[in-house]
Amino acid sequence: MDFLKLTVHELRDKLRNGEITSEEIVKGYFDRLEKLEDKLDSFLTITKKEAIKEAKKIDERLKNGEKLGDLAGIPVAIKDNIVTKDIKTTCGSKILEDFIPPYNATIIEKLKSEGAIIIGKTNLDEFAMGSSTENSAYKVTKNPWDLTRVPGGSSGGSAAAVASGEVPYALGSETGGSVRQPASFCGLVGLKPTYGLISRYGLVAFASSFDQIGPFTKDVEDLAIVLNNIIGYDKMDTTSVEVEKKDYKNALKDDIKGLKIALPKEYFDEGINKEVKGKVLKAVKVLEDLGAKVDEVSLPHSDYGLATYYVLAPSEASSNLSRFDGIRYGSRVKDYDSLDELFIKTRSEGFGEEVKRRVMMGTYCLSSGYYDEYYNKAQKVRTLIKKDFDDIFKEYDVIISPTTPSLPFKIGERNDDPLAMYMSDILTVSVNIAGVPALSIPCGLIDGLPVGLQIIGKAFDEETIIKVAYNYEKNSDFILEPKMGGDINEL
Amino acid sequence: MSYKTLIGLEIHAELMTESKIFCKCSTEFGGDVNTHTCPICLGMPGTLPVLNKRVVEYGIRAGIAFNCDIAKRTKMDRKNYFYPDLVKGYQISQYDLPLCKDGAIKIETDQGEKEIGLIRIHIEEDTGKSIHSNDGGSLLDYNRSGVPLIEIVSQPDMNSPEEAKLFLEKLKATLQYIEVSDCKMEQGSLRCDVNINIIDEDTGNKTTVTELKNLNSFKSAVKAMEFEQKRHIGLLEQGKDTKRETRRWDESKSETILMRVKEDAADYRYFPEPDVVELDIEKDWVKKIKEDIPELPHVKRERFVKEYDIPSYDAEVLTSTKALADFYEETVKHTKDPKQVSNWIMTDILRRLKDEELEIDDIKFTAENLADLIKLVNGGKISNNIGKKVLRTMFEEGKDPNTIVKEKGLIQINDEDKLNEIIDGILAENEQSIIDYKNGKDRALGYLVGQVMKATKGKANPQKANQIIREKINNY
Repeated sequence: MDFLKLTVHELRDKLRNGEITSEEIVKGYFDRLEKLEDKLDSFLTITKKEAIKEAKKIDERLKNGEKLGDLAGIPVAIKDNIVTKDIKTTCGSKILEDFIPPYNATIIEKLKSEGAIIIGKTNLDEFAMGSSTENSAYKVTKNPWDLTRVPGGSSGGSAAAVASGEVPYALGSETGGSVRQPASFCGLVGLKPTYGLISRYGLVAFASSFDQIGPFTKDVEDLAIVLNNIIGYDKMDTTSVEVEKKDYKNALKDDIKGLKIALPKEYFDEGINKEVKGKVLKAVKVLEDLGAKVDEVSLPHSDYGLATYYVLAPSEASSNLSRFDGIRYGSRVKDYDSLDELFIKTRSEGFGEEVKRRVMMGTYCLSSGYYDEYYNKAQKVRTLIKKDFDDIFKEYDVIISPTTPSLPFKIGERNDDPLAMYMSDILTVSVNIAGVPALSIPCGLIDGLPVGLQIIGKAFDEETIIKVAYNYEKNSDFILEPKMGGDINEL
Repeated sequence: MSYKTLIGLEIHAELMTESKIFCKCSTEFGGDVNTHTCPICLGMPGTLPVLNKRVVEYGIRAGIAFNCDIAKRTKMDRKNYFYPDLVKGYQISQYDLPLCKDGAIKIETDQGEKEIGLIRIHIEEDTGKSIHSNDGGSLLDYNRSGVPLIEIVSQPDMNSPEEAKLFLEKLKATLQYIEVSDCKMEQGSLRCDVNINIIDEDTGNKTTVTELKNLNSFKSAVKAMEFEQKRHIGLLEQGKDTKRETRRWDESKSETILMRVKEDAADYRYFPEPDVVELDIEKDWVKKIKEDIPELPHVKRERFVKEYDIPSYDAEVLTSTKALADFYEETVKHTKDPKQVSNWIMTDILRRLKDEELEIDDIKFTAENLADLIKLVNGGKISNNIGKKVLRTMFEEGKDPNTIVKEKGLIQINDEDKLNEIIDGILAENEQSIIDYKNGKDRALGYLVGQVMKATKGKANPQKANQIIREKINNY
């Protein structure tokens, strides 16, 4: 089996026609994973025993003639900030080193009820704060396309795992681009759904009004399949939204004639790598040739996106992370003389630099005397940025841009420069601010490194961006196969 | 010199909902530690709050009862601070868009009716409880974490501890009436903080507000306010003032003790709770809540006068608390004699409660027991005086009156043969009294009846004894 190339729908077909069993699939992926992990460091926890047990159950059910869903018997990896019952959930942080949740996230319950096989928990920037997965307290995940480069972040573990064929699909989470940016860096399809489409219950909160879970897949059809199985209103999350049950596979059709594409000029300015820009415009040409209409437009408040994000997200984070105080769960320092010292030492030792930086920024922005100047003002700008998108979507079906301003950077390259690190999210954060859906799809290679095309859609109109992505994918001509260095590629 | 006291109150009342404000856990008081908990009310990572609709409803109900404006749009906010009993490092409360605003509570003072303004009523979650053990360690019980509260903030409209007490009594009675809170201070379901300062009306000088905490009863609240009144006047007279202080009442020392000085206002970094969507309160819903609101005290009072034909004053007393009114109505239901029930409650029962500083909830017998007692008296089974004795036993032992009467052999002697026999004996021993009576000394009859009662330990039917004695003397 060529696990590097196999998609979810191919695996599903092979399972259904009896070509292979779920147990064989799961064991096959583990064989590959065990050989690759030394080099990639995608995973924080592996659940091999449990996964094989579950796979056997699926095989039994298939043998009994049961009709199972698209995801049954197929392995999935979960970003380690999504809570899994009885499986360690660390959020990439020392403060949750031994945290074993007694409950499942809603999305985990959904996947389990569909028969999906969880094979492990993937590495991430601590509490999803970062753009390179270097902020993990445990390990640095490498980009399968070039092991000296970062896979992106914060869902870098999930992205690297899928791109290297350790698992056919995976879940990540987004607050400001943490699925799309690593999807772009690792040559995958990655979706940030509309805020409210997927339940956040069990996703450890970073910035509650931005956070959404999103999948990484190898192709657009897989994305539609996975999405079908993870969306829906959840009474445990009142910010989730009741939407009509859709089959996103219906969006996989050749029909983009007359579709109106907007290219925001602010997303193509001089800060963007020229070659990246070129690849994206080439992809747009493909869509134009298929009958889409393309116009340059303006999202006038784009310049304020990053600043708005870095006021609001840390503000929420500073509050969300307050519960990690060493009292009820997680790590606690041994020596303290007072309650304050317990809190201060536990949090100082338990959190990494980037988390502390953001908690401090957020605390500052919410402080009396600064609240109006920062948090409140940023909320107002948020409204303006939303309006920018609303205005464009009155006339256009999708907005297209590069996903990231540059190619995957070297490990360590931006460690000492948080601002340079934050800049890698400049093209993705506004989407989270506005709450609209967007995906990244590979649109070519530069020097052997993948480039991502970002397709942004109207709220709850994932169908259209899936349709556009599908049309592009079918008509693009490059092959997605990471050259992971000779020995890895041989596997 | 003329000093004016300014008192404002901040009351927290736990709501009587079945489940907590953001999860399905029970709100019941007194379970084993940490048994009414789940990942949500323990604030575990990834969990989210789901607002209990009943909590909003009860908050609105309180707002209606206190004549507040009900918000059309409201939201929850986070109040951030660290404390071990606070599971998320923030309390979900309300900041700038409270559920209810601008209400009032009317109190009856010696100078007539007075209106105390309410600034706001908002909903929020309670915290857990720290239990400090003897070895210096702390244990935590999170059963209370997430129990719904309303916080009621008054204007500083009260000018004496007495007014504050009247306000608290009215507030408590009303919350109990509308079945929003059981207001049990001893269980912490009603908690009260006081803001107090004094203004010298001649000079306009005033003291800085002191906040009083740890007030476990209305009584200690009044004592603490009286203490503070004097302390603040003392400060004014010495031309001194303090910073904004938080003080607690020490019952054993009968004084307030400084807890902390607020150098700056605490910064709770309030911001809108992103996990709970904003709420639009529909007019029709408020209307429905208003229609369904349990009977308010003044309505009940009027109904009692009409339905039970009792004096207005009695109705006022009987409806002073919902528990008393319920006890009255329950007793009436079993006796069909509203006037007698009112008499028994207004005299013997309330006197006893007052003497022992008890509430109607504290008594050991039920309304049905009282009804049985009244039936025994009305049916002539026992005399009125025996009835009062039986009631005392009911207070002490909580037994039902039929059992008490049986155990103590208190059934009234109505049997004429038996009475004849006893009276013959008494008359034989008291010839002088017979002569006195015949000579027009009416008192002698009373003495003879008294002797009969004494001989029967009060069990003889006094009317019958009276009648038989009179007949016998006339025939003597």
